[in-house]
Amino acid sequence: MAVHGGVTREPGHKKHKATQYIVGYLSSLILTAIAFGLALTHTMRVGPLIVVLTILAGLQIVVQLYFFMHITEGDGPPFHALFLILGLIFTFAIALMSVWIMGFPAFMAQVS
Amino acid sequence: MPSGFMQFADKYLMWKEGPMIWGSDVAILLVSIGIVFVLTYFHKWKWLWREWITTVDHKKIGIMYLICALLMLFRGGADAELLRTQLAIPNNHFLSAEHYDQIFTTHGTIMILFMAMPFIFALFNIVVPLQIGARDVAFPYLNAISFWLFFFAAMLFNLSFVFGGSPDASWVSYPPLSELGFDPGPGENYYLLALQITGIGSIATGINFLATIFKMRAPGMKLMHMPLFTWSTVAACVVIIFAFPALAIAIALLTLDRIFGTHFFTILHGGNPMMFVNLFWVWGHPEVYIVVLPAFGVYSEVVATFARKRIFGYSSMVASLMLISVISYFVWAHHFFTMGAGADVNTFFAVASMLVGIPTGVKVFNWLFTMYRGRIRMTLPMLWTIAFVPCFAIGGATGIMLAAAPADYQYHNSYFLIAHFHQVLIGGVVFGMLAGMYYWWPKMFGFKLDERLGRWAFWFFNIGFYVCFMPQYALGFMGMQRRMYTYPADMGWNTLNLISTIGAYIMAIGFVFIVIQVLYSVKYGERDLTGDPWDGRTLEWSLPSPAPHYNFAVIPTVTSRDVWWELKEQGRTDELKPKAEDIKPIHMPKNSARPFFMGLAFFVAGFGFVFDSMWLGFLGLAGVVACLIARALEYNDDYHIPVHEVVETEATLGRLG
Repeated sequence: MAVHGGVTREPGHKKHKATQYIVGYLSSLILTAIAFGLALTHTMRVGPLIVVLTILAGLQIVVQLYFFMHITEGDGPPFHALFLILGLIFTFAIALMSVWIMGFPAFMAQVS
Repeated sequence: MPSGFMQFADKYLMWKEGPMIWGSDVAILLVSIGIVFVLTYFHKWKWLWREWITTVDHKKIGIMYLICALLMLFRGGADAELLRTQLAIPNNHFLSAEHYDQIFTTHGTIMILFMAMPFIFALFNIVVPLQIGARDVAFPYLNAISFWLFFFAAMLFNLSFVFGGSPDASWVSYPPLSELGFDPGPGENYYLLALQITGIGSIATGINFLATIFKMRAPGMKLMHMPLFTWSTVAACVVIIFAFPALAIAIALLTLDRIFGTHFFTILHGGNPMMFVNLFWVWGHPEVYIVVLPAFGVYSEVVATFARKRIFGYSSMVASLMLISVISYFVWAHHFFTMGAGADVNTFFAVASMLVGIPTGVKVFNWLFTMYRGRIRMTLPMLWTIAFVPCFAIGGATGIMLAAAPADYQYHNSYFLIAHFHQVLIGGVVFGMLAGMYYWWPKMFGFKLDERLGRWAFWFFNIGFYVCFMPQYALGFMGMQRRMYTYPADMGWNTLNLISTIGAYIMAIGFVFIVIQVLYSVKYGERDLTGDPWDGRTLEWSLPSPAPHYNFAVIPTVTSRDVWWELKEQGRTDELKPKAEDIKPIHMPKNSARPFFMGLAFFVAGFGFVFDSMWLGFLGLAGVVACLIARALEYNDDYHIPVHEVVETEATLGRLG
């Protein structure tokens, strides 16, 4: 709760319908299930699998931001846009650079 | 005695381990009895419950963080003295190898997560709302939850010493060493669960302060009007929010491996232990910036106040803070250059690591230029700040040496590294936190800490520091590796190790002086009657010390940077005194016992999982969920302080305009 100025409970906040949350929840579950299924069943080779999983993770982020964090709404100065861009940079830096580091590029160049 | 009890005592209370455990048992028992006796004798139980345990006031939460941080500094410091005693002479058997492992593990973990983190949170809590003209943080209830999660996590971690056994796979706890196959027993579980719980609290604190600073600044305070400590809090919170989830994932996966039999990090079943190392440092490197950025903020405040000058290069200070918090995400692999990811990877991270030195260098020069031609007063906060500059410069230079990937293959995990990171973490973080503690102590408690005793502490600690850590650079070059529990006599390391140990003892004397200083000053310290004992520059000094629980009777309007200083220069300080007719009812959050019980529930859950007791673990988690639901159904969590009460309080403080 906010003491003054008000971070929550601002008047004029739009009410959100339950359907939006249910759709968001179900789609995040489905995306997770697809990712798990692909990882468990070994139907794809590792290279393409990583690409598909990365795309699924990206979609997951979109679902979270749109359905739960109401990214398209908001008032006041756009701090959150700046921080979202920063967050995206960090996310991609960490995820892609981890793939890079943990792929042991030097070692792989030697064995292939 | 019945054999059942003896089995329990051997297995869980570790009574076969010898006098150190017995001593700790007795000490804990005596201290507990002492606390209970004092509280009962002086009828303070109700006071403790009402004023402290259930409080959501940021100032009180900050004080509790501070007390915990100092206690943990004592625990971590005692660990350090034991380690150095063991290493003082070759072939020493003061500690066994196993005990040595346990003690360096708890030393590292406590110093980073249970000393440095609460210390920065203490300063965030005490300072930030007052500096930006707010009445509390954005989410006071969440703030209390953060504190109690930290508190019970620290309890859980420290409990391992006397119940079940301490973790012993070092503060980084790399698998496969930290996996069940090599490290059975509850020790490592204690580490994992305690870090998980305190990590949740830390993320919440990061969100809380970011929201506070962006949403609750006094009218007129633009972002570029904010004091630099508040800016450093922004930078640190950004790093907390993005870095701590990586730690949470890394240790959650390791916990699943150990408790539920998964194979994320066990090689035999297709896991990859190096992935833990990678994830750990995705958090681990930003973490050192999390703790050092607030220290930079403290130095900026202290230098400006005691040089009586505006900070030199304010905008470049802000820019470098933000740059550090971004670049800190692109350096983590320099902790494992030797893993062998290859020249391309190492080159990238080596260059990034050197780049992060540039904004840090900018800040150091700005502090020096602020001092240049200033009228410097050598008070305690200023002393620690000045001592920080050369110390951090040497630490930074050796850091650049370590960042050079080819050279790092020589220094990696040697005592050179140990000396380097102690130099930046003690010289940067601890000096900064102590400077901050001395600086804002009058604001917290209404009296100054004694100057003379503080100088003794300062000199002992500083001289001890160099005596302790300079020899370790040489030891690293001579081939001494970290985490060795003993060494043969013919390595040529004997003299330097002995000197280093003597330095550690001198630092301990310095710490004892700080304790004496605090106790002495409670009674004899100079009282702060004006609220502005240092002739400060920012809004917190416009309030009485300690500040009333609603902070500002009337929220001030800010027109410039260093607003309090400007008003003093123009003789307009009376404008900040509230007028009776301006005072309106003040909207405040109610106290709540639920954060405390939520922490307790997390403690029960953690304790259950540590001992593989699923029913107890899930019972604790059910308690957490119950607290969440109860909160969701709560509607009367706020109240208004009536005008006459505010007027009375302000009148007794002599502040009514």
